[in-house]
Amino acid sequence: MTAATVTGSPTTADAAASAPGRRRRLRPARAFLHAFLIATCVVWIAPVLYALYTSLRPYADTAKDGYVSVGGHYNLGNFANAWNEADLPLYFKNSAIITIPALLITLWLASMAAFVVARHSFKFNLLMLMIFTAGNLLPQQAIITPLYKLYITIPLPSWLSDSGHLDDSFFGLILIHVAFQTGFCVFVLSNFMRTVPTEITEAARVDGASEWRQYWQVVLPLCRPALAALATLEFTWIYNDFFWATVLMQTGSNRPITAALNNLTGQFFTDNNLIAAASMIVAIPTLVVFFALQKQFVSGLTLGANKG
Amino acid sequence: MAATTLSQPAARPRTRRRLKRYTKLDRAALTLMGGVPLLLSLAFVWLPALATVALSFFNWTGIGGFSDMKAAGLENYRIIFTIYPEFPPAIEHNLLWLVVFFVIPAPFGLFLAHQLNKRLRGSRIYQSILFLPVVLSLALVGFMTELVFSPTQGLVNNLTGHAGQNNLIDWLGDPSLNIWAVLIMACWRQTGYVMILFLAGLKSVDPSLQEAASLDGANEWQSFRHVVWPALRPINIVVVVVTVIESLRAFDIVYIINQGTNGLELLSTLITANIIGETSRIGFGSALATILLVISLVFVLPYVYTTFRKDTRS
Repeated sequence: MTAATVTGSPTTADAAASAPGRRRRLRPARAFLHAFLIATCVVWIAPVLYALYTSLRPYADTAKDGYVSVGGHYNLGNFANAWNEADLPLYFKNSAIITIPALLITLWLASMAAFVVARHSFKFNLLMLMIFTAGNLLPQQAIITPLYKLYITIPLPSWLSDSGHLDDSFFGLILIHVAFQTGFCVFVLSNFMRTVPTEITEAARVDGASEWRQYWQVVLPLCRPALAALATLEFTWIYNDFFWATVLMQTGSNRPITAALNNLTGQFFTDNNLIAAASMIVAIPTLVVFFALQKQFVSGLTLGANKG
Repeated sequence: MAATTLSQPAARPRTRRRLKRYTKLDRAALTLMGGVPLLLSLAFVWLPALATVALSFFNWTGIGGFSDMKAAGLENYRIIFTIYPEFPPAIEHNLLWLVVFFVIPAPFGLFLAHQLNKRLRGSRIYQSILFLPVVLSLALVGFMTELVFSPTQGLVNNLTGHAGQNNLIDWLGDPSLNIWAVLIMACWRQTGYVMILFLAGLKSVDPSLQEAASLDGANEWQSFRHVVWPALRPINIVVVVVTVIESLRAFDIVYIINQGTNGLELLSTLITANIIGETSRIGFGSALATILLVISLVFVLPYVYTTFRKDTRS
């Protein structure tokens, strides 16, 4: 396989392109590697394809022919049933009410904190970064018990919360997402902001720009790639949250869709075909991330990892 | 402590001059910009973390307000370690989760990343497919687990001919089997995650080093062992932390299947059961949470400390 690395270099690749005969020649080791990767990918995608396939078949057909079979009807009946019977539009709306504000506030707060930490040299910067980063790495379950007590004690005006408390309210869920996710975003954004040359803010300062304007009009626009990557990643994480919503939102009809699906199984979803269809519907936003924004998602993850 | 890229001697006088130039408004702005996010993190993450430890020494149903709290000393811990029947299996399953994550997704993710990092045709397609489960929520992975391992309707039993009544394998109901079904699906998602992290790390390894090694006659294993592996050190630390944290956080998949009972007990599900169950036992749940907290801090604090210390030196 040692030669394989060399063959991959650009010069030989160009030569190969000009000689089509050579291009098709595959080393046995390479061929074996491709076979292995293809097999792995088939196994990897099988559960998703199986779910999709099952969701397209009526229950009656799978009951008659078995789940691993071909034939019978294929239609979107399960999708229509899941969508209507289980009120999925309502839960999508709940997810949007929680995810969008949480995402925007998290990025906004994190970018401000990152600006303070990365563009200034205060003594407490290091401690602040540690507090943020370590906080994000704690298991949620390690803090839930007192948090839950805290939530049922803190009063909220009734227009913000039906229960009159942080607990069981959209506001409370948004708040914990912001508090928890800000840590990771500060970490990533401060690393990113540190790569912005000091001369730029220095020049703005000389021109009389206040700290706020340096942040809002100079540094933040330069962080757009990092913000886009983080937005994609955080959208997925907040949308995918199951734990906070399960514990902190008791009213079933206010739950976001990821957590709501659990209540609906058994109540509305009686067979695997319906569950498969509902799962596919719930996965749609994250599948959009997968197909359209994969690059941003991955770079968000690796921005965080590379510096660590 | 200067976190800017300026070198130390130059930074000193400049910083001092700069500090003087902050107007009152600037100072107020900076305080708010840093203070508000910090306060949120302290109030809703760190305060509960500390309170978890404090509450673990009390008995409290949580209903009658603070006056109802009774000091319990180490009683909660004594119960957990001696007579609480769910605790040994929970710890066992968390450990098993951790070991499996270290033994399967971590090396396999590295292996896949290393292979995909070669200039391979179709590499992007392979990458995308292996990465797909990472965007799905763990709750959804729980539903996928039901689809794949459901005894009569599942993929595995139907493929292997075990879906009939006479030779049914009850993957999700049998307490000695279900943890493995769950772990298979957890690994399915974790491998792609680890692979992406390693791929990013491998991109920063200078390919000419590997070429030089192979020109010197190193075989693939030798060049990996002596050129690639040492360069991956920083990413290895990240993967270790991610692996530990993800296995301590494990919750969603088992909660979807049976709320973490009957062979699927985890520390996280025990904690949850103790606060949202019918008998809310705040002190007892906190003692369980403290155990989880301590285990995770053992990994998190050294990681954060070394990361940022290294940061200031550069």
